[in-house]
Amino acid sequence: MKKKMIYVSMLALSVSALLYSCKPKGPSQAVTGDAAAKTYVAPGKYDAFYDFVSGGFSGQMAVYGLPSGRLLRVIPVFSVDPEKGYGYSDETKPMLNTSHGFVPWGDLHHIALSQTDGLHDGRWVFGNENNTPRIGRVDLKTFRTAEIIEIPNSGGNHSSPFITENSEYVVAGTRFSIPMDNTNGDVPINTYKKNFRGTVSFISVAPEDGRMKIAFQILLPGVNFDLARAGKGKSHGWFFFSCYNSERANTLLEVNASQRDKDFVMAVNWKKAEEYLKAGKGEKRSVAYAHNVYNESTHSATSTIEKEVTVLDPKDCPDMVYFMPCPKSPHGCDTDPTGEYIVGSGKLAAMIPVFSFTKIQAAITAKNFDGEYEGIPVLKYDAVLHGEVKKPGLGPLHTEFDADGNAYTSFFVSSEVVKWRLSDLQVVDRVPTYYSIGHLSVPGGPTKKPWGKYMIAYNKITKDRYLPTGPELAQSAQLYDISGEKMKLILDFPTIGEPHYAEAIPAELLTKNSTKFYRIEENKHPYVSMGEKEAKVERKGNEVHVNMTCIRSHFVPDNIEGVKMGDVVYFHVTNLEQDWDIPHGFAVKGANNAELLIMPGETQTLVWKPDRTGVFPFYCTDFCSALHQEMQGYIRVSVAGSSVPITFSTGTNQPKETE
Amino acid sequence: MKKLFIILSIAALLYACSGGGDNQNTSGSDSQTGDLFKEGKPDAEDEAKGIGKFTDVEISPTLDVKMAETGKGIYDLKCNACHKLTKEKLVGPGWSGVTTRRKVEWILNFTTNPDEMLNKDPAAQALLEECLVRMPNQGLSDDDARHVYEFMRQNDGVK
Repeated sequence: MKKKMIYVSMLALSVSALLYSCKPKGPSQAVTGDAAAKTYVAPGKYDAFYDFVSGGFSGQMAVYGLPSGRLLRVIPVFSVDPEKGYGYSDETKPMLNTSHGFVPWGDLHHIALSQTDGLHDGRWVFGNENNTPRIGRVDLKTFRTAEIIEIPNSGGNHSSPFITENSEYVVAGTRFSIPMDNTNGDVPINTYKKNFRGTVSFISVAPEDGRMKIAFQILLPGVNFDLARAGKGKSHGWFFFSCYNSERANTLLEVNASQRDKDFVMAVNWKKAEEYLKAGKGEKRSVAYAHNVYNESTHSATSTIEKEVTVLDPKDCPDMVYFMPCPKSPHGCDTDPTGEYIVGSGKLAAMIPVFSFTKIQAAITAKNFDGEYEGIPVLKYDAVLHGEVKKPGLGPLHTEFDADGNAYTSFFVSSEVVKWRLSDLQVVDRVPTYYSIGHLSVPGGPTKKPWGKYMIAYNKITKDRYLPTGPELAQSAQLYDISGEKMKLILDFPTIGEPHYAEAIPAELLTKNSTKFYRIEENKHPYVSMGEKEAKVERKGNEVHVNMTCIRSHFVPDNIEGVKMGDVVYFHVTNLEQDWDIPHGFAVKGANNAELLIMPGETQTLVWKPDRTGVFPFYCTDFCSALHQEMQGYIRVSVAGSSVPITFSTGTNQPKETE
Repeated sequence: MKKLFIILSIAALLYACSGGGDNQNTSGSDSQTGDLFKEGKPDAEDEAKGIGKFTDVEISPTLDVKMAETGKGIYDLKCNACHKLTKEKLVGPGWSGVTTRRKVEWILNFTTNPDEMLNKDPAAQALLEECLVRMPNQGLSDDDARHVYEFMRQNDGVK
C-alpha cells in the first residue's frame, strides 16, 4: 500500500511537471496539475459540502456538491416548476400567492443558512425575492420550500435575507424606494425626494419551527438599500446595510446616483429597536402582504393576507440608526468572523474601506458626527475607519473570510479575487476569474468559524469557457482551493439561472436529518386515501373528486366513467409507498397544467377541466418499476347532461362488459 | 491525449487506493445483476428463516384476535394494493396459506427487511423473478409486522 502511494505521488508529480512544461493555451493556464485529484469524487462517493446557490432570475435555489460541482437538486422557491408540480398542484399554488395574486416567477439573489451561536446549524436556508419582495424558507430536512412571506413597504427586496447569529432575524431592505403602501402612491415620479421612502424589515424566525413574522420595519430616507450583514460576537445586536443613491435620483441612476463621493453604510442597533418596540414607539400601519406556509401533515399550503405592520421611525427612536460614509456607491457590506470589522465595497472605488466596530461605538459615545442625513446622524469617516486596503483592484463587490484572518474580495471590473489580511490590510494574493465575478463564497464565510478550504467565484460572463450554445450561454461558478498560501483554480461548473450569493455547509450537518419519505399514517390531507379501500370517485355538483392511490405499479381506480363536459375533475393522488426515492408521477392528456410528482406517503391534487368528450389516458410519469409502463388508466368524458353514472374500478370492469 | 490518459490512469489508481468499505446500498432499485440469483423455490414449503433481526419467534397456537384486527388495518393501508387474501396473485402472491408455506421468522424478516432479503435470500429472489416488482419497503415496525402476521394466520383459519 505504502509503495503504491509513493508510486502515485511520483506519477502525480511527473504529471504536474508535464502539465507545467506545456505551453499555456488560453484561459486554462490558470489550472494547476493536481486540480483533477482535488475535485474528483468517485462514482458512489459523496461530496464534502452542500453548496446552496441562488438561481437568480430562475427564481429557484440550486444545490451542488463540492468539490465535484455536481448538481444535486434544484429547489423551486419563487418560480413554478412543472417538473415537480410546484405552483401547479392545488397544494402548492398558495405558496406563490402574493398581495398581487398568484405570481409564477421570482428573482432569487441571496442565500442565508440558519445559525446558532454564529455557526451553521443546518436547519433552514433562506432566499430573497428581488422583484415582488418576499423571503422564502427552505426546510433542510426535505429540501423543500416551507414558507414564503411577502414584504410590504418595499419596492424590491435586494438587501436580504441576511441573518443574525442565532437566527433571531432575517432582514429585508428595499432596493427601490417608493411611496409607502398606506399613502396615495399615485404621485408624480419627480416628487421622489418628497414622497419616496425606504424601509428595512426585521423578520423574526421562531426558534422551534422557523416560522417567520415581520417583527418591525424601520422607516428610512429614500435611498437604495443594497446588501447587509449582521454583526456577530462583539457586534451582535447590530446590523449593517450598504446603501447607494444618497443623491435620491429617480432617473438615469447610472449617472445621477454616482454624483456624491461617498454614500453610506447604515448601522442599525436592533437590540435598541426591540426596546423601542416594547415601549410602544412603533406605529401600526395598514398594509397587505401574503404569508404562505406549507403544512407537512396536510401536505398543503395555506396563504393568509396579513393586514398590519409595525413601523419604527428613527425620529422617535434616537440612537437606533447611524450612517457611516462609504466611498463610491457601496455594494458589499461584510462583517468578519470576530464581528470587529465591517468591510464596505464601493463598486466604483479603487480601494476597500474597513470599518471598526470598536471605533463605531467610540464615535457614537463621543458624538463624533459629520452632520445629519435626513435627520439621521452621520458618523465621521475617519473616526470609524480601521483602514483602507489600497489599490487592491477595480470595482470591489463582496468580501468573504477564512478562519485565519484573511479576507477574499471579488472585483467585477478587473475580474479577479484578491486575498488580503484584516490585520494590516496588505494584499497577499490575487487570482483571475473567468469572467466578471459577482459574489464569492467561502464555506462558513459569514459565520464565526469559517470552514474554509474552498472559495467559490460566481461569474456573470462565461463567453469562451464552455462549448457554445447559441446566444445564451451557461453562467458559471469557479472553485478555488484556498488551503495553501496561494489560491488555486481547480474547477469550473455551470449553474442554473444567474448565480448571485451562495453558502456551503459540511454535508454531515444535513445528511443525518434528511427525510426519506412521509409517514402515511401521519397524512392528514383532507382527500387522502388511506389504502386502496378508500379510493373512490365522488360527484359534488359539477366537481368530480377522484381519491386515487398509487403504488408500484398501478393506480386505484384506473378506469373512471361518469365525468361530463362542464365538470371540474380533482385528482387527489396518494402515494402509498413507504420507501426512499419512490415517487410516482401523474399526468392526464390535455391538462392545462403540469404533472404531479407525489412523494411516498404524500397526497397531491391535479385539477383537470376536460375540453372535449372522449376517453383520456393518464399514466405514471416517473419510472417506478419493471411494470412502470403498465401504470396507466383511462377516464371517460361524456356530453353535458349525459346519463352515464359515476363508476370506477381497477382490475375488474365496472360497469360490466357489454357487447 | 497523452495527458488525458495519464490523468485517467491516476484517477483509476486513486480509486483503487480508496478501497471498498462503505458502498451505498442500492435499495429500491429494480436493477440487479443476474448472477445474484440463486435457485429458490417460490411455492414449496420452506424451513428458511430469511435474513434480518428475527431468528427465533414464539407463536401461540391460538389466535390473538385483537392483534389480528390491528394487522388487518395495516394490511388495508399498506399491503392490499398488491396482495389478495386468496391464492390469486395480484402484483405479489396471494396470502392464502402463506403462514404454512413460510416460517414466521421468514415472513417477519421479509416484511421488515425487504431490500436485504431481495438482494440475498434465495426464496425472496425466486419470488422477484416470478413477480418482477420488488416488494416495496412499506416502513413496517417490528410490531406492525407481527400484527400483520397474526392477520395472515387468521386468514389461514387459525382460531
